[in-house]
Amino acid sequence: MTEAPLLRTEALVKRFGDLTVLDGIDLAVQPGERIAILGSSGSGKSTLLRCLNFMELPTAGRVHFHGAPVGTAGSRGEVRYRERDLADLRRRIGMVFQQFNLFPHMTALENVMEGPRTVLGQPRAAAEAAARAELARVGLADRGDAYPARLSGGQQQRVAIARALAMQPEVLLFDEPTSSLDPELVGEVLRVIRALAEEGRTMLLVTHELGFAYHFATRVLFLHDGRILEDGPPERILKTPREERLQQFLARFTEFGF
Amino acid sequence: MEYQWDFSVVARHLPLLLEGLAQTLRLSLAAIAGGLAIGLVLALMRLSGRRWLAWPAIAVIEFFRATPPLVHLFWVFYALPILIGVNLSPFAAAMLALSVQSGAFFAEVYRAGIVSVERGQWEGARAIGMRPAQVMRRVVLPLALRRMVPPFVERAFELVKTTALAATLAYGELLYQAMVAVSRSYRPLEIYSAVAVIFFLVLFGASLVMRRIEDRLRRVER
Ligand SMILES: Nc1ncnc2c1ncn2[C@@H]1O[C@H](COP(=O)(O)OP(=O)(O)O)[C@@H](O)[C@H]1O
Ligand SMILES: [Mg+2]
Repeated sequence: MTEAPLLRTEALVKRFGDLTVLDGIDLAVQPGERIAILGSSGSGKSTLLRCLNFMELPTAGRVHFHGAPVGTAGSRGEVRYRERDLADLRRRIGMVFQQFNLFPHMTALENVMEGPRTVLGQPRAAAEAAARAELARVGLADRGDAYPARLSGGQQQRVAIARALAMQPEVLLFDEPTSSLDPELVGEVLRVIRALAEEGRTMLLVTHELGFAYHFATRVLFLHDGRILEDGPPERILKTPREERLQQFLARFTEFGF
Repeated sequence: MEYQWDFSVVARHLPLLLEGLAQTLRLSLAAIAGGLAIGLVLALMRLSGRRWLAWPAIAVIEFFRATPPLVHLFWVFYALPILIGVNLSPFAAAMLALSVQSGAFFAEVYRAGIVSVERGQWEGARAIGMRPAQVMRRVVLPLALRRMVPPFVERAFELVKTTALAATLAYGELLYQAMVAVSRSYRPLEIYSAVAVIFFLVLFGASLVMRRIEDRLRRVER
């Protein structure tokens, strides 16, 4: 028997009103897996990530963390979630956003210290030392006193990664972390993510950087209309796609010879 | 006939007027503090998403915004004691009435500030495991407060001017002391002009200070 999945979804459905965004997702994430999620805009990639850390509550289905279902099932099959339990869960699942979402009224260092201080209740000195170490890890040891507005997009995203890492998360979710960056700033962020991959961390990454996905991921998912259409090793998914939708999706990236 | 200005009466009654000013400031600061606290509670109730909290808050806010402050003052001073069986001093009555009245306005300022904070800020805070109250205290309110300074200052100035109504309860604030000075000197033109000038100097001076503070707050994030 293999290790229990760290995260598992079971018939996960998410609707916004009449719009079904996730249409029965069954996904098991093993410890150490690095999963790249591909799909065209609106296919439900962000919503899938956001259901995994309960930024959005699933409409139906279940998410299991370390084998235990999240939330309590009621008598009619509905699942009830308590915000305080979800908050406790979120601190173990790091998330990095396309728009960074740094706190503008805090310096880079304060941004990174905020979770350990406020959520984990760590003493200031310990939190600060740890935060400095995380900033050094993302190559920003000397920018701790800068406010986000004084940092480039690439630097801001690296601070956001350090902020997530400071919580010692067991899984990291990246939602298009380089999509809002100028092309010359993409590399510095991808290098940080690659270094995290080399540490064997469990990660899910939504990206349009196919080359990066190919080298980074242990597994690639292709999402279409809220369903997983393909799921397999990068080599097979990216080089010999079976589904026509995936072939069309990949063709758009190679249209101009890349 | 030419009016003979005599500003010496102002000089003569200046100690009285300054005593009034001190009372005006005391009442203003107390009511601003009360109003800020009441306003925050009302705004959080209104934004809580729970009807049993939101509706009472909306009722209070709308009621006090749609009725004259002088009525609140009279009601608290003359009517409330009949209900609670305790007589309120003019200061206590004015402070209570003006706190709730300005709280209704402050609540809307808080609310506008809170809803102006981008969704991404809530998300960044929730994603590191903050509970709703922590998100509010550590991220949303600090950001909202910075944006709320100008409308807050506006409301606070409005409140300082409204404290003049407390003269009707014989509370010894600036206008009341001016009325006393006029009754002694029969010089309304000089005395009331002086009152206007004093109000202007205090509020204009305060607005210069507040502008500086605003600039400083804004500079931090840029
Ligand atoms: N909070 C929301 N309310 C309503 N519709 C939403 C919401 N979030 C996402 N959607 C819709 O769900 C669909 C999938 O969105 P998303 O998961 O962001 O896709 P992707 O990340 O793959 O581009 C889109 O049509 C989007 O408009
Ligand atoms: Mg998306």
